[in-house]
Amino acid sequence: MGTKVLIADDEPNIVVSLSFLMKREGYDVLVARDGVEALETIRAERPRLVLLDAMMPRLTGFDVCEAVRADENVRDTRILMLTAKGRDSDIARGLGAGADAYVTKPFSTRDLAARVRDMLA
Amino acid sequence: MIPPAVVLAASFGYLLLLFLIAAHADRRAAQGRSLIDNPGVYALSWGVYCTAWTYFGSVGRAASGGVWFLPIYLGPMLAMLLAWIVLRKMVRIARTYRVTSIADFIASRYGKSPALAALVTLITVVGIVPYIALQLKAVAAGYQVMTGAEAAGAAAWWTDKTLFVALTLAAFAIAFGTRHLDLAERHEGMVAAIAFESAVKLGAFLAVGAFVTWGLFDGFGDIWHRARAVPELGALLRLDRGGGGFGHAQWFALTLLSMLSVLLLPRQFQVMVVECVDERHIRRAAWLFPLYLLLINIFVLPIAIGGLLLPGNGSADAETFVLSLPLGHGAPALALLAYVGGLSAITGMLVVETVAVSTMVCNDLVMPALLRLGVLGAPRGSDLTRVLLSIRRGAIVGVLMLGYLYYRVAGEAYALVSIGLISFAAVAQFAPALLGGIYWRDGTRAGAFGGLIAGFALWTYTLMLPSLAKSGWIGGDFLARGPFGIALLAPERLFGLTGLDNLTHSLFWSLGVNVALYVGLSLARAPSAREASQALLFVDVFRRGGAEPVFWRGRARLDDLRALATRFIGPERAGAIFADYAAELGVPPAELRPDARLVDRVERRIAGAVGTASARVMVASVTREEPLSVEDVLEILDQASQLRAYAHALEEKSRSLETATAELRAANEQLLSLDHLKDDFMSSVTHELRTPLTSIRALSELMLDDPEMEAEQRGEFLGIIVSESERLTRLVNQVLDLAKIEAGHGEWHNASVDLRALILDAARGVAELFRERGAELVLDLPASVPPLWADPDRLTQVMLNLLSNAAKFVPAEKGRVEVTLAEEGGNLVVSVRDNGPGVPPAERASVFEKFRQGGDAASRPPGTGLGLPISRRIVDHFGGTMWLDSEPGQGACFAFRLPLAPATGPGGKENGHEGADRR
Repeated sequence: MGTKVLIADDEPNIVVSLSFLMKREGYDVLVARDGVEALETIRAERPRLVLLDAMMPRLTGFDVCEAVRADENVRDTRILMLTAKGRDSDIARGLGAGADAYVTKPFSTRDLAARVRDMLA
Repeated sequence: MIPPAVVLAASFGYLLLLFLIAAHADRRAAQGRSLIDNPGVYALSWGVYCTAWTYFGSVGRAASGGVWFLPIYLGPMLAMLLAWIVLRKMVRIARTYRVTSIADFIASRYGKSPALAALVTLITVVGIVPYIALQLKAVAAGYQVMTGAEAAGAAAWWTDKTLFVALTLAAFAIAFGTRHLDLAERHEGMVAAIAFESAVKLGAFLAVGAFVTWGLFDGFGDIWHRARAVPELGALLRLDRGGGGFGHAQWFALTLLSMLSVLLLPRQFQVMVVECVDERHIRRAAWLFPLYLLLINIFVLPIAIGGLLLPGNGSADAETFVLSLPLGHGAPALALLAYVGGLSAITGMLVVETVAVSTMVCNDLVMPALLRLGVLGAPRGSDLTRVLLSIRRGAIVGVLMLGYLYYRVAGEAYALVSIGLISFAAVAQFAPALLGGIYWRDGTRAGAFGGLIAGFALWTYTLMLPSLAKSGWIGGDFLARGPFGIALLAPERLFGLTGLDNLTHSLFWSLGVNVALYVGLSLARAPSAREASQALLFVDVFRRGGAEPVFWRGRARLDDLRALATRFIGPERAGAIFADYAAELGVPPAELRPDARLVDRVERRIAGAVGTASARVMVASVTREEPLSVEDVLEILDQASQLRAYAHALEEKSRSLETATAELRAANEQLLSLDHLKDDFMSSVTHELRTPLTSIRALSELMLDDPEMEAEQRGEFLGIIVSESERLTRLVNQVLDLAKIEAGHGEWHNASVDLRALILDAARGVAELFRERGAELVLDLPASVPPLWADPDRLTQVMLNLLSNAAKFVPAEKGRVEVTLAEEGGNLVVSVRDNGPGVPPAERASVFEKFRQGGDAASRPPGTGLGLPISRRIVDHFGGTMWLDSEPGQGACFAFRLPLAPATGPGGKENGHEGADRR
């Protein structure tokens, strides 16, 4: 059984590309369409890593991140935050919320794949 | 009759109560919760005007003269009409220059003249001491009636209850009237006790009045009716006296006299001016006090006539009707209450009058004498406050004992009985100098001196001497035939003036000559510099708000001033003067320089303790003063007014600066918020651009990395790339469009628009889209509508946006969109209603905001989130409005209204580019 990776993003086309990429890398891919669903999936499926979009309906990526870090059971989940907002303040907020890494969109698929590999090593 | 022990117990019990009240009020004042800081208490304290002379005397006068007791109270009522003008000015002057007595007031106005202060004090003592004696006599008389004891005059002085009452009152006055030296500070305890006394005497008098009117008779009507049956009594109810016609002159004289007295009697000056807590209280007190006088006079005639109607009473006893009627008709408790009321009237007057007069005696007679003798000048730096307080306490005992002595000597003599009005006439002599002094700049010291001396002399000759003669103390021959047989100089018919009663006659001559000399001498010689400067300070007291000129030049040493202040007001208060002044100037106390303003301030504070005239002498003795000329005074005044004008201009400037600052701050805040909005917009645009770019880049890279990718997968990816590219294009176009409209650079090609035709065109444009979605488009349009003046392409853009939005949200295959057009009161209203899910209430407010898209990203149809904001701005541009009606589950209805003839809308202009257009 492979390593579980959760993709949480509300943009379907981005989910398509990320799913393809992660599958190609050999991970088991889970998908969540909004923040609440992402949190539920994290708690239920215990993925090793989450590709977390910052701006999602119902619960933002920042909130999900904080909730994960506050939850003893899933605290160790690796989180890679993805955002289309590139302001320094957004990055600071993401890291403040407890993300392990922060990548701005659009990203290089190779770099992202390498990043994920590192984080799971 | 009531046992003496009971009467004595009531008397001294009542005095003890006064002590307690005063002590309580002083304690409250020390805690900063003043009992007397309200107009009601202030007005009640004015009630000290009503003495034993009112309480007992009014009934006596009414019993013999009918309504002739009234002018004494009409005068004050009239005076109160002017209180807000005259009294407020007196209060303001006294407060500003720390004036603590009438003598001080007049002396200060005329160049701080010690001689003038002494003269006024002398007149006051001569005029008032008999008045004090009269009150003491009333104590004795009341006691006599209550206990049926023998006449007080027969008792030896050491057993005389009156003496003990006088001594108790002296103790009271000392305890609550000389707590601190600075008289400019109020005596809250004393005033509270006085106000209480006023309430007690009014209550007691009203109780007796009610007892007589409704207890002994059947109301007012019964008394009048029965009085008319008796000829002598009926006359009392008429204004004419004994057929002699109505004495207009006398009525006028009495009214004028009491009008002046209510302002000029030392005790009135004390409670009204010195003890005034807040100038604003005058306004209410000025009508409360007349009300008080009205109430206390209501039952005067009923008691007087009632007493005369009942058997066993003669008009001789009328003065004690207030006591004898309840006593003789089975109401001893009421009689005791009436007695306590009378005691209130007496003690109130005695305490305040004594405190006021003793202040004058101390500051204006004793102090100058001691200064001249060099007694107070001797040990430098020593604290003289205790000495001064002792002098003032001595003066209180002295004044009361002088009154007691006069009472023992004069006894039943005429000189005592008629003293009330004679005292009034004495203090009335102050009127020209005082009232003239606060309104007439040209009044001089010489004028005040001349007027006062002549007025006092004439008062003595035409009123006082005759009263002594009528008492049998000096030969009465000169009354009838004139001194040395010169008839023209007869005191009560001076220069052949006959036909007036003696009081009116005296008032005519004394006040007439007083005024004439005051005006004449004032005009005859120019005032000195100090008189001129004080005149300016007094007359213009309301015109100087803080920046008053200081008429002092010379050199002083800080240590000398400090030592002087310490000696007269104690180290604590003295230290405070210098510390406060340093704080005001913003310099450390050590670097304080003794400038004119500081010298002036020290002088004023000392004046509060020892009187203005003495303070002037003291300050002059420790400084090197340069004498001022009248020119100097004018120059200082000029500087002061320039300074004031300058300060005023500065104030204006700083106000306008403040306004400008506020405007700038507001503009800056607006800019900041605009900046913030722009920042948010940029961030949103960035986000919207990056999202499709992310898919495009990621998918392209994946395909690039994997040349072997299955064709099907590749086709899907390419399809996504194309649609995301389209999304990007749309977004870029709309952002640019919106930016143009927002910046006012939009291009508007206005023409006459038939909205009905335009909607039909738009419907044809979206027909294909609706067919794809399986939705139905229903048009409900009138046959024709008036044309609009607008840009048809822009309106088409709006229609297409609304229609395609609706098409996106209706359910697949069952969709239905309804378009209506109607003319409503000069507007065309278009609505587009769908049967989609509607807009939840929480999102309704934000549907017109940029980048707000309905639904969630996965299921929502492609869009940029800019269509509605752009549409709304287009409608706004033509002077219309766009809104949303939506019930959840009922579908959404977007509608807009366009005016047919926009009044100011830029859409009304001719075709063409409107680059400068601003909304």
